[in-house]
Amino acid sequence: MTSAAELLNLSNLKDISSLRNDFPALHQNVNGKPLVYLDSAASAQRPQSVIDAMVTQDEQNHSNVHRGVHQLSQRSTEAYEGSREKVRAFINAQYHEEIVFTRGTTESINLVASSLGEKILTPDDEVLVTWMEHHSNIVPWQLACEKTGAKLRAVPINSNGELDLNEYTRLLTDKTKIVAVGHVSNALGTINPIEHIISTAHKVGALVVVDGAQSVPHIKIDVQAMDCDFYAFSGHKMYGPSGIGVLYGKKALLNDMPPYQGGGEMILTVSFEKTTYNELPCKFEAGTPNITGAVGLGATVDYLNSIDFDALSRYEADLLNYATEKFLELPGSRIIGTANKKASVLSFMLGDIHAHDLGTILDQDGIAIRTGHHCAMPVMDHFGIPATGRASFALYNNIEDIDRFILGLKESMELFK
Amino acid sequence: MNDLRELYREVILDHNRHPRNFGELQNPDKIIEGVNPLCGDRMTLYVKMENKKIQDISFKGTGCAISVASSSLMTEKAKGSSFEEIDALFEYVHEMLTGDPTTVASNLDTLDKLTALSGVREYPTRVKCATLAWHALKNAIVGSDDKISTE
Ligand SMILES: Cc1ncc(COP(=O)(O)O)c(C=O)c1O
Repeated sequence: MTSAAELLNLSNLKDISSLRNDFPALHQNVNGKPLVYLDSAASAQRPQSVIDAMVTQDEQNHSNVHRGVHQLSQRSTEAYEGSREKVRAFINAQYHEEIVFTRGTTESINLVASSLGEKILTPDDEVLVTWMEHHSNIVPWQLACEKTGAKLRAVPINSNGELDLNEYTRLLTDKTKIVAVGHVSNALGTINPIEHIISTAHKVGALVVVDGAQSVPHIKIDVQAMDCDFYAFSGHKMYGPSGIGVLYGKKALLNDMPPYQGGGEMILTVSFEKTTYNELPCKFEAGTPNITGAVGLGATVDYLNSIDFDALSRYEADLLNYATEKFLELPGSRIIGTANKKASVLSFMLGDIHAHDLGTILDQDGIAIRTGHHCAMPVMDHFGIPATGRASFALYNNIEDIDRFILGLKESMELFK
Repeated sequence: MNDLRELYREVILDHNRHPRNFGELQNPDKIIEGVNPLCGDRMTLYVKMENKKIQDISFKGTGCAISVASSSLMTEKAKGSSFEEIDALFEYVHEMLTGDPTTVASNLDTLDKLTALSGVREYPTRVKCATLAWHALKNAIVGSDDKISTE
């Protein structure tokens, strides 16, 4: 058994664990107890610097972007485009035009499914997703398939919650036009071998759309090294604001795609006969965007850039290992998602206590976990369960959080004895 | 823990552990499916009815303790009741869970064991768990056999 003190030596805990102080929301009592926030995979808390950047934008610089000659509009445009550049560098995209601001992962995937999907898919084609996808990486493809007659196929997973790569290779044929896959599963924590998935798909000429909602806060992303065609993620899962997210797409592909929505910002000229579209990325950013959100996202990237991701990985892995070990000591414990490579997500069942009851009981102790199907019903079906509890660990969590969580579970067992 | 004992009263824990009228009915007149998308709960209600009365009733499915206990308590109460009585009960239960707490006090006799669920009103996110079975029952007697959902 590893003690908390040993863990402290194991990794760069000190640096990382002091980051907790940057997050004001964590310093409050919930139901009379200090908050233990273990629901960052649903939405992470924000550091003070992100909150401050958004307040400054709203207090001093707010105006519409790209439209005014006046001072405030210039400031807003600079901040907004500055964020785009920060995001570009953060994921190592080649061009800033490849960064499209959206409302989040969901909108990013819908954009690709609708614009690219409906352009290239025919009734002979197939779209390949996986059994572990979040609904937002299934339903947009279903819709695109319904419209175009293409078929949706799904790569199965094994009992550890890992993709069956043999089946993947088998399902991948020259009919496959698009592979849509999550980098990290929100329901299981599985980290998929994304480079392998992408290079295999490219061999049959398929394009790969990666749902990066759960990876960006944990793994340093390099879209060029990965060679993905599209990468989608959300601000609020990476310690940034909600209502803002990113679609990265290779420039040549984005250029060839028709607009997703029509309106202001995305046009060059409009007449009733013909509209010509604006250049990238504005072509995909119709209407006034979430300016404050984009500014907040830029500040989020600054914050993440100040963190050593290797140390972060080790820290989160230590938290997960500690939690896993402690959890498995409980009678009737079962972990859903035991992949070899896992992000810091513990999806679990405890005896026959329903996750929903656990969620309520833990909440009374000030402990926030997620309960339910995690928008991944196929995963639940695969394991033949209706729901799980999920504790997700972020850079601001610590050993005490996990001890409180385990104690809360013990109390639940006592209550349901 | 005291607060939680108000929610998870002994009656509820007992009905969760040993749900009454659990399983399928032979030749039911109605089969109603209920889903609570929030927690992934699914329950199926089997109902036999005659002369605007519930002759027999059972349920199957998975769910949290609140929803299983509520379904179990509901079937106990509904068996033998007239549609009219059920309409009234439905209203009382709703009042007890979301409305005026004095409803419980003034309808203790009618609600009877169902008052075990009154603690749910302090937990707004759990009200849907407690009402799922009642919505399914209401659906059965209104005549629609569409899938029902608490959303
Ligand atoms: C893996 C995964 N994909 C997509 C999403 C959707 O993200 P958003 O709701 O921010 O659009 C989530 C968030 O729940 C997720 O975990």
